Amino acid sequence: MIRLREIRKNFPGPRTRQVLADVSLDVAAGECVAILGESGVGKSTLLNLIAGLDQPDAGVVEVAGVDLATLDDDALTRLRRTRIGFVFQAFHVLPYLTVAQNVALPLALLGQRDQVAQARVAQMLVGVGLADRAASQPGELSGGELQRVAIARALVHAPELVLADEPTGNLDPVTAAGVIDLLYEQMRDNGAAGVIVTHSRSTAARADRVLELTATGLHPAPRSGPP
Amino acid sequence: MSPARAVVRATLGGAFARERGRLLLCILAIALGVALGFAVALINQTAVAEFEASVQILSGTADLEIRGPRGGFDERIFPVLARDPDVALASPVVEVDARLAGRNQAIRIIGVDAFRAAAVTPALIGSADDPLDLLRPDTIFLSPAAATTLDLAPGDRLAVQSGLAVRSLTIAGYARAGTGERHALMDIAATQDAFARVGLLTRIDLRLRPGVKPEAFSQRIAATLPAGVSVGTPQANASITTRMSRAYRVNLNVLALVALFTGGLLVFSTQALSVARRRAQFALLRTLGLARARLERLLLAEGAVIGTAGACIGLAGGYALARVALATFGADLGAGFFRGVAPEIVLDPLAALTFALLGVAVAMLGSLLPARAAARTQPATALKSAGDDRALAPLRSPWSGLTMLAAGALVAFLPPIMALPLPGYAAIALLLFGTLLLLPRIAALLLRRASATGIVSTDLAFAQLRANPGQLAMSLATIVASVSLMVAMAIMVGSFRQSLDAWLTRILPADVYVRAGAAGDSAFLSPGDQQRLAGLPGVTRIDFLRNQGVVLTPGTARVALLARDLPGDDPARALPLVGDARPTQAGDPPAVWVSEAIVDLFGSVPGSIMELPLAGVPQRFVVAGVWRDYARQQGALVIDRATYARLTGDRNATDAAVWLSPGTGIAAFRATLEAGLPDAAQLTLATPGEIRRLSIAVFDRTFAATYALEAAAVIIGLVGLSSSFGALVLARRREFGMLRHIGMTRRQIGTMLATEGLTVTGIGLAVGLVLGWAMSLILIHVVNRQSFHWGMDLSMPWQPLAALAATVLLLATATAVASARSAMSSDVVRAVKDDW
Repeated sequence: MIRLREIRKNFPGPRTRQVLADVSLDVAAGECVAILGESGVGKSTLLNLIAGLDQPDAGVVEVAGVDLATLDDDALTRLRRTRIGFVFQAFHVLPYLTVAQNVALPLALLGQRDQVAQARVAQMLVGVGLADRAASQPGELSGGELQRVAIARALVHAPELVLADEPTGNLDPVTAAGVIDLLYEQMRDNGAAGVIVTHSRSTAARADRVLELTATGLHPAPRSGPP
Repeated sequence: MSPARAVVRATLGGAFARERGRLLLCILAIALGVALGFAVALINQTAVAEFEASVQILSGTADLEIRGPRGGFDERIFPVLARDPDVALASPVVEVDARLAGRNQAIRIIGVDAFRAAAVTPALIGSADDPLDLLRPDTIFLSPAAATTLDLAPGDRLAVQSGLAVRSLTIAGYARAGTGERHALMDIAATQDAFARVGLLTRIDLRLRPGVKPEAFSQRIAATLPAGVSVGTPQANASITTRMSRAYRVNLNVLALVALFTGGLLVFSTQALSVARRRAQFALLRTLGLARARLERLLLAEGAVIGTAGACIGLAGGYALARVALATFGADLGAGFFRGVAPEIVLDPLAALTFALLGVAVAMLGSLLPARAAARTQPATALKSAGDDRALAPLRSPWSGLTMLAAGALVAFLPPIMALPLPGYAAIALLLFGTLLLLPRIAALLLRRASATGIVSTDLAFAQLRANPGQLAMSLATIVASVSLMVAMAIMVGSFRQSLDAWLTRILPADVYVRAGAAGDSAFLSPGDQQRLAGLPGVTRIDFLRNQGVVLTPGTARVALLARDLPGDDPARALPLVGDARPTQAGDPPAVWVSEAIVDLFGSVPGSIMELPLAGVPQRFVVAGVWRDYARQQGALVIDRATYARLTGDRNATDAAVWLSPGTGIAAFRATLEAGLPDAAQLTLATPGEIRRLSIAVFDRTFAATYALEAAAVIIGLVGLSSSFGALVLARRREFGMLRHIGMTRRQIGTMLATEGLTVTGIGLAVGLVLGWAMSLILIHVVNRQSFHWGMDLSMPWQPLAALAATVLLLATATAVASARSAMSSDVVRAVKDDW
């Protein structure tokens, strides 16, 4: 599903900062990989490169067999729209749409507004346990509930890949555990591969594979350890 | 510096640094309002002060003045007054506005008895090397301002027109006391003789004996004066002139304040958004121990800083603007109230202080609601949630807005206060504030009608707008205020222009109009001239008109008395009547047709009896109808010329309307005229088309200042929209980042923002147009009527309004798109992590 080869990324400035150096990664279809790492090591940058939201200085990024360097901005946008789902630390649920409308957003972007789409939204809301909150406004929801909405939105259009950036970073441990269970469950139910960037070893522990990003690249990491 | 103080400084100072562009726009908007207000005040004060100073110098030590009709009153009253035991000295005066031969200009010639004037009004004596020059019939003395303007010096000749003849006068010197006024001095007998005023005076200056109270003397003497002649202090007489221009001055001041007000709205929207964005920072400060009142004061201080900076720039700009406007348009900004006054601008510290304080106050008022909202927010709530539109929380109830609208509608019907349309202005302000208070609800109501389009970007735009009526109202406030004010002015000016054009068409039915003199009151057509004119080949019909000025009530301005040749069968046919003419009834005195101003100022209605002072005798007339007159703001009366001649003995005319036989062109008539009348060169000929063009040009010049002020208000409105839209877009970068992540293209986000911009502007325009229309009704039927006594018919200038709407829509949408581009050009992808 994902193939990264010898990725290098620097951030220019008065003092150029190298965040990724010779990073390679393969993620199979349906596989879920968790990436641990210290702050500033480049975890989010790695996700942006996979999503085609940023370009590497060197190396190859392939998603679903497509070399992202060969795509223009519109094609990259289409790729994200059809094949990728996102979960953010800060949820980013639009406050001016209802819960159901937020979940339906990726389908709307794909031009799907029919009853099948509505049924899919309803199905996703049942899946994340928010069937009774479909008409609620985001302002009425707790942090955990908002992240459930975000998970439903990330998977509603059945993407082949889910990218999650610190999905439990804004949640308490109990809620975080529930949300991460739900995320893995939904990804598996929908057959999506996933890359989850996190600081939390307990969150990472549920993945098929756990890697640690350091200044020297990606390395396998133990599943247990401090949370 | 304590840590708390450092945090406060960083939060507030940081805001200034981060929002430099928006704050600069606020400062400039306040500066513009202050500049316009200060400039108008400076120009007005300079003109009035110069005029009053001239009056003071020229009236010398006179306690009282006897004044009468412009054409003069019988001089036999002079010896009676001079011999009165309470009068120490009496000085007779004849004033003539003499047309400069061959030019469309006149100069005020003041004829005095040098021996008497020397004791009462020494400024009215010429400074002559040869004292006999003061008495010679062909010598004249110019005021320094007149000499400069006319580029003449002692020894030069000045040609002026009397009747149709030209009199050449030798400049013997200058007036003794220099004022800024342009005038000339002559011997009284010479003036009477030169300008056919023999036996007539226009003024008598009186100095009373010590101990005599002017009020008591005035009361005693008033009863003995001929009709149309009154007694008053020089200052009171001067104030009549300054009062004439007051309504115009007040209107300009109000327009300048409108620009300042829209600047205040801009400060409000900018501060409200800025406060919303800094909620978490304020919450942190409150948590660290900053008192609620202190936070409020600090935010008000931000407003004060904006206001002070705006005021400083505005005062400098206003002074410069006043200088340019005085040089370009003259002391009355093209309105024609202070002709002859050539003032030098003087910096007025009180006006400067007033407008500086106004600028600061408006900016602080603009900051008040946001400051209160910030201070009242619970820190815990603010720390958790992002910015909202708490500044508009007081507007959630519709009742305050509805009450203001109702009050506005009622106040519009109140009569003027001190002859000023203050209730009319109050009504407009109430309508405006009421609508602004209701904006969130109006916007929500209009947006409810927007149905789903199936286009994601458009539907998201509508959903965003629907969910944030408060923010929407903030964006709308400045655009609604400026558009409504501009629409109101455009409709009023358009209606006025249309009515003026229709009126000109109605009152100019002849083929050509002949005027004895293009300026002043020294030119006239004698009965002989009239006879020659009427007998010219090609003339099929000719109507003459005698234009005089009479005082109907002591203490009021002169009104025009137009004695016209009227069609015998239906005299009213020749006039642009408002309403029906009153049918003549047996036993009625002669008829007078009054202009709308006479109805407003003197309460004369059809059927009522008026006493007109003709040749010093009160003559009874019945008001036969009301006519529309856009030429004379102080009022005009039309009577039959034969009646006028019978009652006054004055058979001269000042104007003639000429109908030509078919085939006789204007050029042929002009040639015939020059061959048939020896002094035809002094006559002014104009076709109705030329008069209309000239009148419309004068009209446009009069409104030049208002157009400029209107444009300023709209620019501020657009800047306000751009500012608030830019701020909103900036505040939504995380949202755009998320949308980019999930597959929305840059174009789709651009379309979403353009839709929002278009919708916001569309709502602003719709509300502004309706509100502007309502305000225009008050301007037309209340403010204009009470200020200038001009009635007019409502006429919607659709084309300019459509052009205005299209321009505003285009500019606002371009602004929205530019804001979107600016927001998207930065690293919007990383914005999803901004809250880390």
